[in-house]
Amino acid sequence: MNNAYQIVVCAGIVPDPLQALEPVNSPQGPALKNEMMLPATLDPWASHALYEAAHFASKNQGSKVWLVSLAPKTKLQQVMMTIAQKAPFELIAVDCPASGFADSYEIAKILAETIKSIPSINFGKLFVFGGWESASRGSGTTLQIVGELLGITNQFQGVDELKLNPDGTFDIYERIAEGKHLISRLASPPAVLGWATGNLPEPRNNPQLGMMNMRNIMPAIQKAKQVKIENKFIVFENAQVPKQERQTRIVKDMPVEEIAKEIVEWIKS
Amino acid sequence: MENILILIHTEPDGSLSKHAFEAVSAGVLLKSQLADSHLSLSIVGFNASEAAKSFNPGDLESIYAAGGEELKYSRYATDSKAIETLLKTVNPTIVIAPATPRWNKVVAGAAARVNGYTDTHINGIIANNGTIKATRWYYRQRIEVTFSRTQRPWVLLIESGIYQPYAPVTGNPAVREVAVEITDEMKKTSYVGVQEPPAGKNTIRPDAKLLFVAGAGWTKKQADGQVHLKEAEEIILEFLNLTRASLGSSKSLVDLGSEGQPVLSFLTHMNQIGQTGATPRHPKGLSTCCHGEEPHTVGWRFINERRAINLDPNCGWARGKADVLYVADAFAVMKKVNEMLKAGK
Repeated sequence: MNNAYQIVVCAGIVPDPLQALEPVNSPQGPALKNEMMLPATLDPWASHALYEAAHFASKNQGSKVWLVSLAPKTKLQQVMMTIAQKAPFELIAVDCPASGFADSYEIAKILAETIKSIPSINFGKLFVFGGWESASRGSGTTLQIVGELLGITNQFQGVDELKLNPDGTFDIYERIAEGKHLISRLASPPAVLGWATGNLPEPRNNPQLGMMNMRNIMPAIQKAKQVKIENKFIVFENAQVPKQERQTRIVKDMPVEEIAKEIVEWIKS
Repeated sequence: MENILILIHTEPDGSLSKHAFEAVSAGVLLKSQLADSHLSLSIVGFNASEAAKSFNPGDLESIYAAGGEELKYSRYATDSKAIETLLKTVNPTIVIAPATPRWNKVVAGAAARVNGYTDTHINGIIANNGTIKATRWYYRQRIEVTFSRTQRPWVLLIESGIYQPYAPVTGNPAVREVAVEITDEMKKTSYVGVQEPPAGKNTIRPDAKLLFVAGAGWTKKQADGQVHLKEAEEIILEFLNLTRASLGSSKSLVDLGSEGQPVLSFLTHMNQIGQTGATPRHPKGLSTCCHGEEPHTVGWRFINERRAINLDPNCGWARGKADVLYVADAFAVMKKVNEMLKAGK
């Protein structure tokens, strides 16, 4: 059986989660203050998708992983310095804003067109991976639209595991409510998988792999096509960081018994 | 004039979830705010026609049902076809649907087939002078945005716990059956089953009144220089059993497990709260042995009353993120809490 698969991972970049975020107005709607100055990372759930893709490809000889990323070139280059050391992939970069306020429909169209333009793409072998939601827009709609635009109607979201069965079918574990997983069997690709956390740890940095990847990454970033996001169909009225700071009562030197009593009363109240 | 469609699904046993009834309430309320609007309900899934009997015909102009065995379980190809068929039958301008795992996976894709735009995680809808506005969070609950759309149909997937559930009735409303054409190609994905958490270790309880968060501190060396993992597990599980609280964790604790370090055996990534985890809704939250840094606490956005136990008086909880911070040893405090709960004090 030929188990060589093509895996296209869609992944944007997001501000480092430790950064404070402040919305400001721009002609296209809300934006983040000093967005270009904020340190960025590859979108967390999409990162898991990338690690799972690399792991899956390594288990199936002849498989290949592409990383399609829509982001400002300079920021993407910074992020790639780290990500390149994590997993082998070929980067396809598109130069455009990485704002969470960009409409997922426009993003999906660009992603679908980019995937279609990969010369050797074979839909009979194709898996489109990504995070089930981004840490910026967090809508969970982008991959669905990408799938629709590519004509892929086997789609899964909140995926934690993809298992290849001996008969060539796949078992896919999707998160549902209350800590449960829905297990579905997919006869064959193509399919879209929006990953949750998966089961793999973050790979350790591998400088040798990084150097190998960077040979492809730098030219890919240099020739990245520039596209604009218009946000034509969405009207933003207001974007704000809610004031939720609490007046914390810090309790020191209180005997354990009294603390426990206070907590029990609070739980029961 | 808006034509509102409430789009819900049955559970595999044919029942309707609380979340589905909440979406019905959202639709009924929106209709009351929009003059000259129309309101219909559509139900997808096994036993859909029977489920329609829970609704008062006086609240809804039409009820549509797309049922059958092939729509019993969540499957993108068949669910998207059912939704597409309903949207083409009803031609709504506004669609209100519950943000269940089944709908989150498929509604946006299905709506795109009729040029519909979908917004998810909606936590409020207001109609004012004929204009509909919605609110949702961006950047993992850090920025709240109010917005509207010019495109129709506009689909809004509503979070749970925002609206009071519709009070079901026992009636016999007129139901229009909608046939969904299912092809063999749509059955390339088949249902295998549902994997439950191990027996006695189902620690995620979305309806619990209390969220209990265990941080990485539970697995660290304690005052005697030793790690007390077994004791930590016993304390936490006993507390969860006594209070029926839902268990959350920080990313760092869950990650320790995937890095091969000893962790609490019942914790998985599903318990993770925060930037790359869940954002649950509970009235109260108690954090233990967790530093309360921003990537974790963004997952506490919808926890109303917050208390924390940590040995560090300068941890994140002290900086306006909790109502009360107890600077204490969580092992000692939680042991005593369990004793008191068992004694019924």
